[in-house]
This record gives sequence, structure tokens and C-alpha cells, in this order.
Amino acid sequence: MDRKVVVPGDLLSEDAKKSGDGTYVKDGRVYSLLYGLANYRDKINVIPLAGKYIPAPGDNVVGVVKDITFSNWIVDINSPYDGLLHISEFPKRIDAQEMSKYLRIGSSIMTKVKDVDPTMKVELTLNDRKLGKITTGQVIEISHTRVPRLIGKGGSMIGMLKKEVNCNIFVGQNGRIWINGGADDMDLALRTIHLIEKEAHTNGLTDRIVAFLKKEKGARS
Amino acid sequence: MIDMDETDISFFKDGLRLDGRRTDQLRPIKIEVGVLARADGSCYIEMGGNKVIAAVYGPREVHPRHLQEVTRAIVRYRYNMASFSVEERKRPGPDRRSYELSKVSREALEPVILTSYFPRSVIDVFVEVLQADAGTRTAGINAAAVALVDAGIPMKSMISACAAGKVADTIVLDPMKEEDNFGQADLPIAMTPNGDITLLQMDGNLSPDEFHMAVEMAMKGARDIYEIQRKALVEKYSQLEAPAVEVKACE
Repeated sequence: MDRKVVVPGDLLSEDAKKSGDGTYVKDGRVYSLLYGLANYRDKINVIPLAGKYIPAPGDNVVGVVKDITFSNWIVDINSPYDGLLHISEFPKRIDAQEMSKYLRIGSSIMTKVKDVDPTMKVELTLNDRKLGKITTGQVIEISHTRVPRLIGKGGSMIGMLKKEVNCNIFVGQNGRIWINGGADDMDLALRTIHLIEKEAHTNGLTDRIVAFLKKEKGARS
Repeated sequence: MIDMDETDISFFKDGLRLDGRRTDQLRPIKIEVGVLARADGSCYIEMGGNKVIAAVYGPREVHPRHLQEVTRAIVRYRYNMASFSVEERKRPGPDRRSYELSKVSREALEPVILTSYFPRSVIDVFVEVLQADAGTRTAGINAAAVALVDAGIPMKSMISACAAGKVADTIVLDPMKEEDNFGQADLPIAMTPNGDITLLQMDGNLSPDEFHMAVEMAMKGARDIYEIQRKALVEKYSQLEAPAVEVKACE
């Protein structure tokens, strides 16, 4: 894979049609907008190495309830913008007076971004089987820019990880990850995720992670 | 500006400056990226005797609320000199000079930041001068630009800043303290690598010809600084990788 570290303003291509994510076109040439890794495929995409999570519709995120207003829970989603979870987006009908019975301030939830409007009002939903309140396991936080690497192409990395460490894992696009499983398994999952985070910008990562897991599991048994 | 006749300082010795530089030579520069763990982006820079640290936070929620803009992010820049940064203790806190420098530095960086990507938020830039030796505003802008990039903020390009000055009727690049204090003019600029100037100030007097010469010289200095900034950023992520092929900077 052809990758290199670029900084904003770097010339990436003379062909304006190749402009992908994280790039801009000026005078028919493609330049980088971000500090990250440039990926040369049909289009040139720049994958950021840093930055804040900006919610987009359809993203799965892990959030923490930070306030309750009339008919809305205000959810911290590790972003400059707070998420709003409306009472009608809760899987069952509940009374506005009883909102705190279901989700209190400090409750963690696995949720999904339903919609984001131009003023960055973020609407969340819990209406999906895999979403809901977190009652067991633990939540860890990594940089959201490393999430694509953790998931891998078509879910290859995360699929492998779930199988290998025998844990239930929910990856939020905002960089918060919920892990549930046996104590030793969770510990291994945690260390593996931190390794992926640290080496996210390197090539051939999945193979190295497989080797790492094999070694760790060999040491345990 | 003190006239040459009133001082017995001579600025040149055997065609070289007091610190042994040629007239078109920069002071040594050292840049470190990501020196602060709590900041979203940070940079420490040494330009000669200047030691400056820059921290970037954001985009984040705007406080106080009334400063918030509905369609774009606002940029706040705070230039501050530590009380121990100069020979005579500086009274701490903002003063007329640091207000001005904060404003012009912010305006030097704002044109390249894509503020429209982050409505209702703020990007905070803090620049602390730890040691001053003339040209702290340019050092601050250079550090802030690297810190902004390190924070992952989308920008059209980098910003590099450099000053030129006039001492003993000669145009010199990157004046140090003696040349700045007793020189005839100081002209700091900030620009993008392709030559769009975002800051230009002048203290003292220059003839039109001298002015053009000084601008040309400062622009060349800024281009050299850009290469150093870029190298510092690329190196941060190159430790584990085979040396990346150098990408050509935008023309």
C-alpha cells in the first residue's frame, strides 16, 4: 500500500479528479487539508492522525449522559458537540417525568447518530437491537482517528480480535470502545487495542497483531 | 530606534554579524512537536535565543457563549510573555503590546484555517514566550502553526513567519536582540509556502527599494523555516516507518 505522511498544503496530484477525503482542489491541483497519511488509490484520501471527533449520521458512538432536560437526554460523545437523545428514541415508551429512572446522569450508552444538522445539533437514537445502556464490561477511550484501523478493511481487524480474545466489543466511531468478557480476556483485548492505537499508522498491522495475540495466548496457557 | 551615532555598537566584523552570521542567514532553529500531553496539539520552538511554547485546544465548546458563531469556528490567540523571559522582569499579564501581537498573529493564521468545518466552536491557541531574543512574534506564529497542524485542524496550508531588519544601512535576515534594539528597522512577515503574505508589519523606516529587498529576504527565510516545520511534523510519525518519500511542497 502506498502511504506517506503529509502536512496541510502538500501537493498530492496534478489531477483534480483524484481529490478525495481530506484534500482540496485549487487551480486544478489537489492539496492536502490535513496532517495525516495520504492513501493513493483511485482517489487520494488523507487519513488524519489527530483531531476531534465530528459526528456524522449513521455513526455508532459510546456516550455518557451528562444532563437531563425536558424530553431530552444530553449526551457527551467525546466531541465538541453534545448529542441529544430524545425520549421518543428510547426503545420503549416512557414518561417524561420518569426519564432518570432509565438513564441517569453518568449512565453510559451505546448509541447511534441519527442526524446532524448544519448548526451541528446532533440527534441520537437507541432504536436498534445492538444499542442500549451499558451495564457490564468496561469502556476505554482511544483517539477516534485510530478507529478505522481497529475496525480494519471490511471489519477484518475487529472480527479477528473478537474471535481471538473471546470478548464482546462495541466500537464507537468517537473512539470509545466497550469491551465485555472474562477478566483475563478483557485485559488482553485492552492491551491489544492499545497496541493497535500506538501503531495505527504503520503497514502490515493485522499480521503483527495476530502474531502478538498468538504470543500472549501462548504465554498464558 | 536609536540612531547609529548615539551608540558605539558596531554591527559587523569582517563582513559578519555580531553572532557570526551572514546578513542573509537565519539563527539555528529547533522544533519539537507534541510536547504537551494535555493539549490537542503543541509545539516547542527555539529560534536563536527565543524559546517559545505553543498549545492548541479545540475545536471545543465556546465559553463565554455570546462569542459563538453559528456558521464557523472562532479562533482565539493569546500571546504571552513570561515575566522571566527578558532581562528586566516583565510585569506579568496582558499589556498593549501583547494584545496587538495576539491580534495580528491570529489574523496571520486565520486565513488558512477551515473554520467553516466547525460551526459553534472555538480553536484556542496559547503562545507562551519563555525566553525572548527579538522576533518572538514570528517564533510564536511558527510554533502555533505547527501546533495547529499537530491538533489535526484542517488547514489550506502551513504558515511560516520570519523577520528582516535594517542595521547600519544594511538589510539583515532574522535580527537578534542587539540588532533589533539598536537597528533602524524591523519587518516581520508571515506567509504560506506559496508566498501569500498573511502578516506584514514594519517598525522604523525603509526606502521602497530597501523594503522590497527586506520582504524578499524575509520570504526566503520563511520558506527555509517551512521546510524545518514540515520535517518536524513528518518525523513525528516516521519512527516506525521506512523513510517516507519527500512530497513536494505546494508551489
